[in-house]
Amino acid sequence: MSVKKHYSFLVNGENHTVESYPANRLLDVLREDLRLTGCKEGCGEGECGSCSVFLDDVMVNSCLVPIAQVQGRQVRTVEALSSDPLGKILQEKFLEHNGAQCGICTPGMLVAAITLLRRNSQPTLGEIQDGLAGNLCRCTGYKKIFDAVADAAQVAREQGVLEGGKA
Amino acid sequence: MGKYIGKEFSRVDGVAKVTGAAPYAAEFHVPGTAHGYLVMSRIAKGTITKIDTAAAEKSPGVVRVFTHKNTPKFAHPEKYKSFKALQSPEIVFNAQPIAVVVAETFEEARAAANLVEATYRREDPSTDFFGRVEEAEQAPDSPFSGKSVQTTGDAEQAMSSAEITFEAEYTIPAEHHNPMEPHAAVAYWKNGKLKIFDKSQDVYTVRSNLAAALGVPEDDVHVVSPYVGGAFGCSIRTNYYPFLTAMMARELKRPVKLVYTRRQMFTGHGYRPFTHQKIQLGAKKTGELISIIHEAANNTSTVEKWNDSTTRFTRHIYACPNMKTIQRLVKTDLPTPCAMRAPGAVSGMFALESALDELSYKLDMDPLELRLKNYAEVDPANGKPYSTKALRECYRRGAEKFGWDKRQPIPRSMREGNELIGYGMSTGIWYAFQQPATVKVVLKADGTAQLTSATSDIGPGTYTVMTIIAAEYLGIAPEKISFGLGDTQMPKAPVQGGSWTTASVGSAVHGAAMKLKSRLLSLAQKDKDSPLQGLGPDEVVLLDGRLQNRKQTSNGVSIVGILKAEGMDSMTEVHKETPSKIREDYQLLAHGAQFVEVRVDEQLGMVRVSRAVEATACGKIMNPKTSHSQEMGGVVWGIGMALTEHTEVDDRFGRIMNPSLADYHVPCCADVRKVDTDFIEEDDRVVNPLGVKGMGELGMVGIPAAISNAVYHATGKRIRHLPMTPDKVLKA
Ligand code: FES
Ligand code: FES
Repeated sequence: MSVKKHYSFLVNGENHTVESYPANRLLDVLREDLRLTGCKEGCGEGECGSCSVFLDDVMVNSCLVPIAQVQGRQVRTVEALSSDPLGKILQEKFLEHNGAQCGICTPGMLVAAITLLRRNSQPTLGEIQDGLAGNLCRCTGYKKIFDAVADAAQVAREQGVLEGGKA
Repeated sequence: MGKYIGKEFSRVDGVAKVTGAAPYAAEFHVPGTAHGYLVMSRIAKGTITKIDTAAAEKSPGVVRVFTHKNTPKFAHPEKYKSFKALQSPEIVFNAQPIAVVVAETFEEARAAANLVEATYRREDPSTDFFGRVEEAEQAPDSPFSGKSVQTTGDAEQAMSSAEITFEAEYTIPAEHHNPMEPHAAVAYWKNGKLKIFDKSQDVYTVRSNLAAALGVPEDDVHVVSPYVGGAFGCSIRTNYYPFLTAMMARELKRPVKLVYTRRQMFTGHGYRPFTHQKIQLGAKKTGELISIIHEAANNTSTVEKWNDSTTRFTRHIYACPNMKTIQRLVKTDLPTPCAMRAPGAVSGMFALESALDELSYKLDMDPLELRLKNYAEVDPANGKPYSTKALRECYRRGAEKFGWDKRQPIPRSMREGNELIGYGMSTGIWYAFQQPATVKVVLKADGTAQLTSATSDIGPGTYTVMTIIAAEYLGIAPEKISFGLGDTQMPKAPVQGGSWTTASVGSAVHGAAMKLKSRLLSLAQKDKDSPLQGLGPDEVVLLDGRLQNRKQTSNGVSIVGILKAEGMDSMTEVHKETPSKIREDYQLLAHGAQFVEVRVDEQLGMVRVSRAVEATACGKIMNPKTSHSQEMGGVVWGIGMALTEHTEVDDRFGRIMNPSLADYHVPCCADVRKVDTDFIEEDDRVVNPLGVKGMGELGMVGIPAAISNAVYHATGKRIRHLPMTPDKVLKA
């Protein structure tokens, strides 16, 4: 193994410095070192989307990001979504539509849904399916998740959280 | 509908889940935890002749490397026969754990695990189940489905005299549950007592198994599992990892965490077995069935005999006077299978309901009409009346919503552009099980109530439904109720399986509330001027925080008032509910009807389920919001089983070739088009006090057959081997 180094970055607006091997996964640093267990490991191979977080506002699979790449950057996780107006609406709609069952895929679904709605505030069903294509759920059969996202988009538009048209 | 029961209710655990705050097994932080990483065998059968751990031990951060050489033997192996790791050099399946590297961090453990080198004496494995079906031996009887050979009338004799006969063979590959949460445990010991956070559907069984294996009293083992990220059966049995985690924590005298990788999950627990079935049907020209013979075989391991009960429902669904079912097993050098959502039922009904569809074409009869012609009004195997059975109404409602009357009887007669369109239908069936369960209720003088029972919530909404039931029968608002589960310090509940949780634990909640009501009434009646004087427990009701005269609700007293008058801070009731005797006089089943439309791309052989309508009858619906999700999830599981799910084994090496979510295809967003779920509610006074039946498994049972039947209707090709991947559709 290589040598441990110090890495500093922002997580949900707070500064953190960890001592870590450069290839350590962002997912493990978040879950083990910082105890932000909201992001989940479903596969560790970039296939399920459960570990999705924002890195400088871009959705990434944190199981595929070595911590060395995070130096000096900003990470946002599900734990901070309630403070984001769109995140909050999505959380409420997931609750209302029962888009979360066992709840393991939910944090990743929310991150993917935010990413989709920022790009396209009025997605069709097909566009929602495409937008969430990188996220797997074994419980819900997806439909309630689609409903939640479509409903959240509408409410976010009505509340002016999202612009009316397609970007 | 009650005040709370039957209304749309959002999950009480929902906020914790959408904010990421809900703690799953791997997320319990214990200071000083060391991390384990498993090393897996590269052969399927043989013996480890040498295992070299020296390089791994020198790797940074490594605390210890456990192999069969330095792992203590687990005690009482006879109590729990499942595979336990690192007990001998013998290899009984490929990707069997041969070592665990424990290090300060996960990364260090994983890196060092690569350095463990094993040498083997290799024997040829035998994993080709389908090639060995002829060798199948009779299965042991099953506690749930009974004898492995069952007969009604004389099926062989009736078959030989039938006007019309039909016979076919059907196969299903191994499938894996693939819940999105990997299995995990965190264990530590303090003063000789073990505490373990585990992903489990059954904390009490984990407790007794660990206590036996580690030679400590059950009371010294505390198992905690408040949130489970999906399980579908793969956390019913105690898998090998909690034994290892607890053992390592004891040996190292520090907390240890062990988490399966996705790949390790494919041999870290059981799976739906490979299944071969032969169905013979004998009928009159007019469609009445006179004989059914259903022979099934499933694979098992070399260490245990797993009976998947494939034929479990065959004798209970159609009014046929002569029936025979047989269950057989073939030993393979693979891990032991286990229950996977709707075990046996979905496999058996795939074959039976496909065969019925085939017979319908032979008879030139509408497949739905054939089912109705053979509708059973009493259980055909034992003559018992059904407690309730609204299957006829499921057929009617489902067919109407789907537009079954638009079906053109001739296959390949419906198309749009490149796509052939087909309609198919099937029948679903599951039990209305109930198991003994105990719940503790603490009714507090501040108007709140705390309930606990060591059941589990793997995702269906157990926290929520128990809260609703408690609110209904304690007469307290749901916001004032808390329900705790997944902890062996709580009263005993059955494993969350068999779709029996609401019937079992929910009935216990109801029973506890009834007892509390009686106790509150006697306290209230101590007051001579009480408006409830002279009333019996059945004449009063708990509602809106009051104990009231059922007929004259203005006459009542507040619950808090009763407790305060007695100077009590709280009132506690521990109640065990057991299934009632009257259940034995009835056949207790839940039913459903499935209608699907498929679109098959003629050139690509791609099958899409463009529409599915499922109507199910499973007693009373407690919470439509979560109940629809259960059936929706079930339908999509059925789509996966029909079209994509397949654990592939390379028989030369006995190795699973696709142990990842990239290669094992669970349904994804694009696989889900229109799915409509509907309930035909039944007023069942027999099954249990709540009138609920199982639904979690029921939702998927008829779906694979309905899809296969629709594929035939679309293409004229009958595919009897799941999954119906494009290669099979093109080749057929
Ligand atoms: S855990 Fe990262 S994509 Fe599955
Ligand atoms: S809710 Fe369980 S995996 Fe999506």
